[in-house]
Amino acid sequence: MIRLVRDQSAQIKRASEVRFTFDGAQVPAHSGESLLAALIRSGHLHLRDAPEDGAARGGFCCMGLCQECVVRIEGQVVESCRAMVTSGLAVTSLKART
Amino acid sequence: MTEHVDIAVIGAGPAGANAALAASRHGLSVTLLDEQSKPGGQVWRARSAAILDAPSTPESAAGGALRQRLQNSAVARLGDTRVWQIERTEDGWVLHLLRQGRVEQRRARALVIATGAREFVQPVPGWTTPGVLGLAGATALFKQDLTLPGQRTVVSGTGPLVFFVAAEIRRLGGEVAGVITPNGRGDWLRALPAMLSRPDLLLRGARWVADLMLAGVPIHWRHAVSTVAGDGRVAAVGFRPLDADWSPVGAERGIAADSLCLGNGLIPAVEAAELAGVALEHRPELGGWLPRRGADGETEVPGLFLCGDGAGIRGAAAAEIDGRLTGLRAAQHLGAETASERAALRPRYARAARFGMAMTALSMPRKGLAELTTPDTIVCRCESLTGGVIAAEIAAGAGSTNAVKSGLRAGMGACGGKFCQTAVARMIAAAEDRAEAEVPPPTARPPLRPVPVSALAGEFDYSDLPIPKPAPL
Ligand SMILES: Cc1cc2nc3c(=O)[nH]c(=O)nc-3n(C[C@H](O)[C@@H](O)[C@H](O)COP(=O)(O)OP(=O)(O)OC[C@H]3O[C@@H](n4cnc5c(N)ncnc54)[C@H](O)[C@@H]3O)c2cc1C
Ligand code: FES
Repeated sequence: MIRLVRDQSAQIKRASEVRFTFDGAQVPAHSGESLLAALIRSGHLHLRDAPEDGAARGGFCCMGLCQECVVRIEGQVVESCRAMVTSGLAVTSLKART
Repeated sequence: MTEHVDIAVIGAGPAGANAALAASRHGLSVTLLDEQSKPGGQVWRARSAAILDAPSTPESAAGGALRQRLQNSAVARLGDTRVWQIERTEDGWVLHLLRQGRVEQRRARALVIATGAREFVQPVPGWTTPGVLGLAGATALFKQDLTLPGQRTVVSGTGPLVFFVAAEIRRLGGEVAGVITPNGRGDWLRALPAMLSRPDLLLRGARWVADLMLAGVPIHWRHAVSTVAGDGRVAAVGFRPLDADWSPVGAERGIAADSLCLGNGLIPAVEAAELAGVALEHRPELGGWLPRRGADGETEVPGLFLCGDGAGIRGAAAAEIDGRLTGLRAAQHLGAETASERAALRPRYARAARFGMAMTALSMPRKGLAELTTPDTIVCRCESLTGGVIAAEIAAGAGSTNAVKSGLRAGMGACGGKFCQTAVARMIAAAEDRAEAEVPPPTARPPLRPVPVSALAGEFDYSDLPIPKPAPL
């Protein structure tokens, strides 16, 4: 089939794979990429529960404004769309129950 | 310690970066601040360190060229730096920054604000489901991390961005389950004369649409997403036909998908300009509420200049030239002679702005779209407030966005109202049969970005904190 927009995914070279944990689960990623991107790629979309109604939430604006993507790293609440993956990082969600 | 520079520029997108470069060429000391780690702004956001190699795109090439020019210039760059408060002093400006987890201050004689835009998303039932990303936001994921929103994505929204996002998903190897756009084919035909000024961009867009058609991806013109279904993650997207005013008419249909990119145009990020003392005015043709400014980015506030999409949505090409004009105007304020240089640039700016404004006209939501927000729909994501609750507050007499904010906390949550205030303002205008121009956004308050308590500890003296006054009603 003719494609006017070619699939270039095979031409993307990423840094070697590292792992971090999200609520204890191992997540494969590449060091230096955004935490949100790595979480989305591995299917972890639900990152926190809304404080008022407990509903599932995850990254939305991808530019550090909406605060929907926040997770906890070393006790600090950070925007996962602005945080960088490093090997061995321990990330926990802000879900009421994990 | 605070450093004094001639000009501080907030925002390293095409506007701010070019303002910094232009002023610096006139021998002024310029500091360029941005919360992103690298310059480029939203449109030319840099790739992350995890991408070792990837095919070039027009965005990555333009961003790379800009970053190179900055590298070769005398402009001092401060990345990963968030400006959270702006104060005017007798001899210039004090910027309060959040950097490496700490607050600090910088001083400048003149200030250029180029904070760009954010997107507007009309709330629909289920839009808070994980897997729903902003349409513009998704491009950040593509540009920075070359990552897809999911396996099978519905792409929905106004203007050219919807086709750019669909094309990027296909370029990065993903599947587009469908494109849903409130614009009709006729809207695009009417924009054609303005688009002919940039045949390259016109051709690029036509290619995206033709590619989708060849691939058999359904394009639903004059439709809008009306519901998102899924428990904890997106499972399906419902959509309905719209009438000429974009009111939903007719029955809902559905598409199975695991992700949705959804957006309805851009809104100028005006809060920084407001904190700096500029009054707002309503200019729907430029994206809604804007800080008032004169020629070449000047404002009524001495030593304050504005440029780029934050001063009216005109697009990246116009933002570049606007930035140059504004940087030169700021340099003039500090004694450089730049009038003839600016006169030579203005015709180019006018041409680029004409194209950009045609795209803005396509992207701006029409009135009827607001009907997609049902009483059960969450409008304020931070506080989980529904359309019904907000409508009741308005009916009980809350006739301004400030009143809704203080009555319900809609707009006081973590995002500071950035993703609900426009929808709330339109609800007030509709409920009270007033013009949108009569319902301004809530008064901007510091901090512009969340400041963690831990950042304020340490050397910082709490009495130094600029305490915001309570919002006037
Ligand atoms: C998410 C997003 C994606 C977009 N993608 C495209 C695209 O692919 N193609 C296109 O044609 N248009 C795109 N646009 C439209 C965009 O507005 C462009 O027209 C262009 O980026 C405007 O340039 P600018 O310099 O005015 O603003 P921007 O490029 O938005 O630059 C503003 C900069 O200011 C910084 N900033 C804002 N507030 C602060 C603060 N308080 N402290 C520190 N830094 C701050 C931001 O990090 C940003 O880098 C996008 C818009 C958004 C919101
Ligand atoms: S996705 Fe909005 S702040 Fe991260």
